Formats: sequence, C-alpha cells, structure tokens
Amino acid sequence: MRYSGLKVITEGLFGNKGWKPAWRNPAPKAEYDAIIIGGGGHGLSTAYYLAKNHGMTNIAVLEKGYLGGGNVGRNTTIVRANYFLPGNTEFYSHSLKLWEGLESELNYNVMHSQRGLINLFHSDGQRDAFARRGNAMINHGDDAVLLDRDGVREMLPYLDFEQTRFPIYGGLLHARGGSARHDAVAWGYARGADMRGVDLIQNCEVTGIDIENGKVVGVQTTRGAIKAKKVGMIAAGRSGQVAAMAGMRLPIESHVLQAFVTEGLKPVIDHVISFGMGHFYISQSDKGGLVFGGDLDFYASYAARGNLPMVEHVMEAGMTLMPMIGRAKVLRSWGGIMDMTPDGSPIIDKTHIEGLYIDCGWNYGGFKAVPASGWCMSHLMATDTTHELAKRFRLDRFATGHLLDEEGTGSQHNQH
Amino acid sequence: MRLTCPLCGSRDRREFYYYGADTYLNRPAPDAPMAAWDDYLHLRDNPAGVTRDLWYHEQGCAQWLKVTRNTVTHEISAVELVAGPAAGGKGASE
Repeated sequence: MRYSGLKVITEGLFGNKGWKPAWRNPAPKAEYDAIIIGGGGHGLSTAYYLAKNHGMTNIAVLEKGYLGGGNVGRNTTIVRANYFLPGNTEFYSHSLKLWEGLESELNYNVMHSQRGLINLFHSDGQRDAFARRGNAMINHGDDAVLLDRDGVREMLPYLDFEQTRFPIYGGLLHARGGSARHDAVAWGYARGADMRGVDLIQNCEVTGIDIENGKVVGVQTTRGAIKAKKVGMIAAGRSGQVAAMAGMRLPIESHVLQAFVTEGLKPVIDHVISFGMGHFYISQSDKGGLVFGGDLDFYASYAARGNLPMVEHVMEAGMTLMPMIGRAKVLRSWGGIMDMTPDGSPIIDKTHIEGLYIDCGWNYGGFKAVPASGWCMSHLMATDTTHELAKRFRLDRFATGHLLDEEGTGSQHNQH
Repeated sequence: MRLTCPLCGSRDRREFYYYGADTYLNRPAPDAPMAAWDDYLHLRDNPAGVTRDLWYHEQGCAQWLKVTRNTVTHEISAVELVAGPAAGGKGASE
C-alpha cells in the first residue's frame, strides 16, 4: 500500500477501515541466502539495502524482541554530518544525503527536520578547533557556519551567555543537521524491506551460530534452526553476546547512556543545541517535549537505566546553559546500552569466519548512521568487499594501530 | 549506586572512578606478541551478568578496588582491595 496525503483523506472519510499492517509476520523458513541478527535501525536498513541495492530478497531479519525496540527507539534522534576525520567525514556525509531523501525513498514520514545544529564553544582554543572542523565539513561539501557570540545570541537569545564557568564565545552552525522521528525510521525501513520480500521475524532469539570448517552455515534460534551462508551480526549493545556465539571477543564494552524528556511545552527551542563542555545537548520534539541528555554513566552496564549522579549532572548542565527550562517538569528518563569501542568509532567488517559479518560499535552516535550503515553493510554482505565509505571501520584496527579517534582522547576503554 | 570500600565503608558512586574490566590486572610481558597486547588493551568479554571490574577510590582512600558486580541488575556482591594480602591481587607479596 502506497501512503499519500490523498490516502489519508480518503481513509478518513471511510472510517479508516482500509489500512493494512505495514509488514507481514512470517514464520521462519528453513534456509535463506542471508540472515541478519538484530531488527534495529541498522539491521533493518541493511536488509532494505540488501534487497534494494543488491537484489537479495531471500533474506531474514531475526529479532529477539520486537522491531525497533532497542536503541533505535531509545535515542535522542540527532541527525548530523559534522565529523572531522577522513573515514568519518565521507561516511556521515553520505548518511545525511540518504536522510535527505529518505521519506520519498521509503514512502514513509520519518519526520526528518533539518532545523540546524549548533555546537557551542567557550574559549579561543575551542573556537579554533571548531573553525578547523567547520572547514573540514565545507571542504567535504557539507555546510558549516562559524557564529560569533552575537550570531549565537540572535538565534538562541535565551542562553545564559555570561555564566562564569563556560561563557559562550560562539557556535558552529550545521544548518543541515537536525532530528527525525526514531521509531518511524525503523518502521519505514522495515516496511520497505518487507515489501521487497524480506522476512522480518520477531520474538526469535538467536541462541547459536553454526560454523563448519571456518564457514558459517546457519543459526540456532528459539524458533528452530535456520540455514544461511551469510550472517550479519548487527546487535548494537548486545554485540558482545552475539559474537561470543561465534567464539569471538570484541573490542567493545557496553555502557549505559541516559536521556530525558519533559512534559510537552509550546515551541521554545527551535534547533538542536550541543553544549559539549557541560556534557549536555537538547532539542524539542514535535510533540513539544524537551529531549535532552548528557554523557555516559561511565561503567559497564546492560541495565538500560542509569544512576542519579548523572541525572543530577545533566540537570545542572541544563540549568547552567539555559536557566529558562528550570520550571519544566521531567516526564521520563531512560537508558540505552551503548556498544563502546576504544576509539569511539564503529566497526563494519568481515570476521575471521567466512560468511560472518559484523556491524557494531556505534557508541552513542548510531542513530544518524542508520542509512549509511545499512548501505555499507549490505554492500559488504552482498559483494564480500568493503564499501569505500566504510574502509576505515575495520575490526582489526586496534591491533594494527589504524585508529579512528574523532575525539582525540586515546584508544582505550573508558575514554569515550 | 553505592560501593562498600573495604577501608572506608559504604560510599557514594561519585567518589569512585571506573576503570574497566579486571583484565587490566593481567598485563602482558613487554616482549609478549602483539596479539596479547591487543587482547589486554582492547578485547573484552563484556558480559551481561556478573563481571569483575576495577574502580579507584579517588575521593577516599585512593585504593584500587576489584568489584564483583552484575551489569544487568547493578547488584554489587563483593568489593576487594586489588593490592593487599586479603585480595591476593598484585602487590600481595610486596
């Protein structure tokens, strides 16, 4: 069924009785050409592009819970392409271009809103670093504008510019940055993959990966054994457990990252604002809630909930930056499980087992990468060659020293 | 979250710095193969369940602690000194 404005109107006139489920709910077949472990954003976009770009439609996505129930449904929905290092810049640039065409591509309203992202800076040194980052973005064909304090004040008059700890010197405006509706991205890719024949199998936990003579031959699941010569592990925070089934240890430690949303308010914050020095960022959802978060809790965790000291820290940072939000009531807080790599960059690569591929290590930045991750992972799985855009996302880069340390804090766990 | 430091008693999580899995205690020899160093520095079991990790009592007694903890429930079942006879860790015989 093709969605359109006309369809909404006609369905409205006839009692909305014509809507059909957005995807089938098939039973698993005995064998597929390829299996994707994990029905989150990255798994679903990989399935979509395997079908769309590479004509592989006899594939299945196996999800232990429900589609989009993990990090793609728990993040703060920021979409941007403001990376500095070669290897990241072109990847995220491509991802943003895919975002810009995503709604017509998927025939699904993902509510992509390019409302502008402003990264604040608070010293001369930080201004220089942001100018350099902005130049890298412009050189790559993306957009960046260095705003001075008055420029920021014009756009964000409600910030506390004279705070003593981090007085605001200016900001780097990335006008094409913004946000999107996270669930809709998962649903849109799921529907698009299903329409092309991909089986989306929910409540199907993979319990084993079958390997014979160094080649993957299938998986064991709670719904029986399924054969496949190609298996992609795309399990985000749970990547360690999935890879362990193939006898692998990963350069990943899973941490908890909290996020918060307030009650719905009238429009007050028109952009995405990032206050890096205070570990705080904020935007306002289309429903009106202020969506904000901070840094990791900084200990290994699968609890999907954090601790109060970080709640306090985030609230303090928010009040430092914009005292006007002090009266807003926080409705909910929650935690996501972040697959943290030592250098803070992701992995899209083959493994030492033939036919077994891995896409993981998205740290706390996986949402904006959903389109390009699927784009590159599908290329890898279909052609057995690394996509040009993902060539730095090597699994072995920690051993070889070819790191991708965007933050510049070193390649060690607990540094990002 | 609170940790019960063997020297200081029950203290707020904010007094501690988290370092990572206790793999860090098994430092390879300087001439060990690169794979051993990669393993030591980067590769992790990353268990969903009971784990043992290192915490530093930064705002207390400045001791390194080995904490047995459940990563799913956040339950803490043991806190031991890394250095010291009771822990049997590095430095026990020094």
